[in-house]
Amino acid sequence: MILDLESGTQRFLVTYSPLQALEPYISGQIMQIHHSRHHQTYVDNLNAATANHVRALQENDVRAQINLQQAIKFNGGGHINHSLFWANLAPADTSQAKPESAPKLTEAISAKYGSYDGFKDEFTGVLLGLQGSGWGWLVKNEKTEQLDIVITKDQDPVVGGLAPIFGIDMWEHAYYLQYFNDKASYVNGIWNIINWDTAEGRYLGGRGGLKL
Amino acid sequence: MSLLRIARPTIVRRSLLTTSIRCKHTLPSLPYDYAALEPAISGRIMELHHSKHHQTYVNSLNSAEEKYAEAVSANDVRGQIALQPLLRFHGGGHINHTLFWENLAPKSSGGGEPPSGNLAGAITVTYGSVENLKKNMNASLAGIQGSGWSWLVRDNATGALQIIAMPNQDPVVGKYVPLLGIDAWEHAYYLQYENRKAEYFSAIWDVVNWKAAEARYKAAT
Repeated sequence: MILDLESGTQRFLVTYSPLQALEPYISGQIMQIHHSRHHQTYVDNLNAATANHVRALQENDVRAQINLQQAIKFNGGGHINHSLFWANLAPADTSQAKPESAPKLTEAISAKYGSYDGFKDEFTGVLLGLQGSGWGWLVKNEKTEQLDIVITKDQDPVVGGLAPIFGIDMWEHAYYLQYFNDKASYVNGIWNIINWDTAEGRYLGGRGGLKL
Repeated sequence: MSLLRIARPTIVRRSLLTTSIRCKHTLPSLPYDYAALEPAISGRIMELHHSKHHQTYVNSLNSAEEKYAEAVSANDVRGQIALQPLLRFHGGGHINHTLFWENLAPKSSGGGEPPSGNLAGAITVTYGSVENLKKNMNASLAGIQGSGWSWLVRDNATGALQIIAMPNQDPVVGKYVPLLGIDAWEHAYYLQYENRKAEYFSAIWDVVNWKAAEARYKAAT
């Protein structure tokens, strides 16, 4: 199927409004720059790469299509990951930010990791062990339904038979203005603003309405 | 018989380890003040970058080397291989930052002054001009997807100059000799430039110490 250039440039729009309300765990300044500039750049570059890909497809240029793959993977991944991330965060004082909002998921977490704290410790260790830029994800294997914690490097998205339940951005731009080199404090804080309602929805089979 | 043969090298390695004194790595002090690279790089960035980030690589490298030595003593090859990523990351972080501090200098100490001598000649041969080299290196830096470094290197197999990008803290090794490195990790610029990394890549040439690059080039030829 040939996509037309016009729709190719219109498909990826940012619809999420970042909230100041994630403070004190993530500052409003970080959220503003992270969303309006970083995420926007991924969106813009994805649109450009997609448009070029469509053109290459129309021109029957396979080399050009393959040459564009990395740009689509990086910027497409950046768009997917950030879209998932915004939706899996919630202000700390809301019911969504309480693990009780995810009864099925927390049950599975306790079964797999012994306890919620055991899970948090395990996930925290994985996040702090990441070398370079990347993301940590709680995922569900779609075949076995088993939970797992995985790392994706740079902007690689979770793909294949794994469904992302929630992700934590470990790029320095996600925390540096507030936490500097102290990424452990960023990770410790973020547990207060996980949107367990979104996580439960993704665990039970949906992707939080995200169609990317 | 075969058991003896396997066991023997272990004993040799043990005695080597116990008799050699391994020096711990330390954070090199900077030959200039934290604020001396302003306005290209802020003093706050330099302070955190040197005293926190680089220090962490040094500490973690020392600890990885200790664990590695234990694995060697225990003849634990699986343990040694499992430690490789830690050694590579923190060893690379220490090497890269040490080279980086050296290849920067305040303007008052010659930072930003164009290269001379044989290196200048080699740059003209490969890139036509220093300006064009900067353009190529900035394109390499801008193209890094994630954390990493770009390096001007000498390919010792051909003698030619080349620009290469290395992911994360992977150091330049093998046939390449690092001449000039620029850190493209977000911690290197974020407090001052935020997401506008192209401005950082453009500004840093004002504090590049080409004398250090020339000395490395000379040592390699």
